[in-house]
Amino acid sequence: MERTIMGYERPNGDIGIRNHLLIIPTVICSNQVCSRIMQMVPGAVAIPHQHGCSQIGADKTRTFEMLAGTGKNPNVGAVIIISLGCEVVDPIALAEDIRSTGKPVEVFDIQSVGGSVKAIAYGAELAKRLMADLQKQAKVPVPLSKLKVAVKCGGSDATSGLASNPALGAAADSLISEGGSIVIGETTEIIGAEHLLAERCATPEISDKLYHIVDRFEKEVERMGADMRGGNPSPGNIAGGLSTIEEKSLGCISKCGTAPIKGVIEYAERIPENGLYFMDSPGNDIECVSGMAAGGAHIVCFTTGRGTPTGAAVVPVIKITANKQMFLRMEDNMDIDVSDMLDGSASLGQAGDRIWQEIVEVAEGKWTKAEVLGHQEFSINRIGPSL
Amino acid sequence: MNDRDHVVTSLREIGAGETIKYRNAAGEQAVVVRNDIPFGHKIAISNIEAGTDVRKYGEVIGRAVEPIAIGQHVHVHNIEGIRGRGDLGKETN
Repeated sequence: MERTIMGYERPNGDIGIRNHLLIIPTVICSNQVCSRIMQMVPGAVAIPHQHGCSQIGADKTRTFEMLAGTGKNPNVGAVIIISLGCEVVDPIALAEDIRSTGKPVEVFDIQSVGGSVKAIAYGAELAKRLMADLQKQAKVPVPLSKLKVAVKCGGSDATSGLASNPALGAAADSLISEGGSIVIGETTEIIGAEHLLAERCATPEISDKLYHIVDRFEKEVERMGADMRGGNPSPGNIAGGLSTIEEKSLGCISKCGTAPIKGVIEYAERIPENGLYFMDSPGNDIECVSGMAAGGAHIVCFTTGRGTPTGAAVVPVIKITANKQMFLRMEDNMDIDVSDMLDGSASLGQAGDRIWQEIVEVAEGKWTKAEVLGHQEFSINRIGPSL
Repeated sequence: MNDRDHVVTSLREIGAGETIKYRNAAGEQAVVVRNDIPFGHKIAISNIEAGTDVRKYGEVIGRAVEPIAIGQHVHVHNIEGIRGRGDLGKETN
């Protein structure tokens, strides 16, 4: 008997564990209208961002794919796209792409409607109608095997590599054994440890691709002529005991568990079913989490040593730490404490089970601290400059 | 974390002069700590020559930039990362 949880069935066969109304500005110029509509309609989520115009090539494509992917995320039940009317990102193409999942998508532009005030009123009417439909939608039993969880570490210190990441890895193995998917990212943060992940790739092509994306990233750093160590490890990482990117990476990779890596995917690319996948993504917390959400992750499990309040627009972010003092100091922002691994009073298995239990509860509706506090961070990783 | 390691990681603040204990395949070992060590920082458990690769988790985490004595604080002042060093220009690996 396949294990089920209570969730939302989507028309394309995906499952959702939240039922958001998402308001997407195609371009920075629409941000204000989107945010105002969100304020008028409780429960709606807007994703203001800095891009959508003056972009070309791969950079333009990336913005489109991030907006489309976030709209297509199965935690989103309905979408309103608000365009200015003259920008680079094509709002009609965006609407078509998101509509292919079967969810309702409305789209309009501020210039045609006649300015901000009319756009806010028009958008609020649409939002109220869509929200009413979403609220009527009931949860049903859905297969746990369709759950996709992203693993991330941020604000790491020495406790991350010693305890919280291995414990998260144990929980990741639990989801994989149920048939679910895990995605790990942060190409920056496997530098120095990539050979260990490469060994676990299911085929030589996949391990070649892994080496390729690390090499591609290191070349970017070299192109800037910069020493990585000013940016990564961060000052907080260093104060917390991490001396080099290699040390940080070795502590990072344990969070994805022990399963073979079934594929290497690009930033914001759709996360496949049933396995562990690596997504090319920066170490930057918000950009990485946003990319994984655009890929279809339902939940992000986020280990931290220094502490961060960050959440995400359409996915619950579970905060996990093994730094007891920080957990007590920032308890508003932390969900799970596994510091008892460090004094030996909890085993790796017990800590892993604690995290796994939380994942299932959050999937069934429990709010994370980040959701309670209304965190909805969203940002798009850039490739090129604005023109 | 591994028998090949040159360092251990502290789980509390440690004062210079304290003796710490850790466990490896040979049993319990003791080291006199030479510096004040903040929570989560590393201590050398063997003498490390300048230019040597330094190991933690059994893997290379960096390279010693000066000689490091057993019991000393090991961190950004005496080891450096080898990867992502655009400042060094093209390195042959």
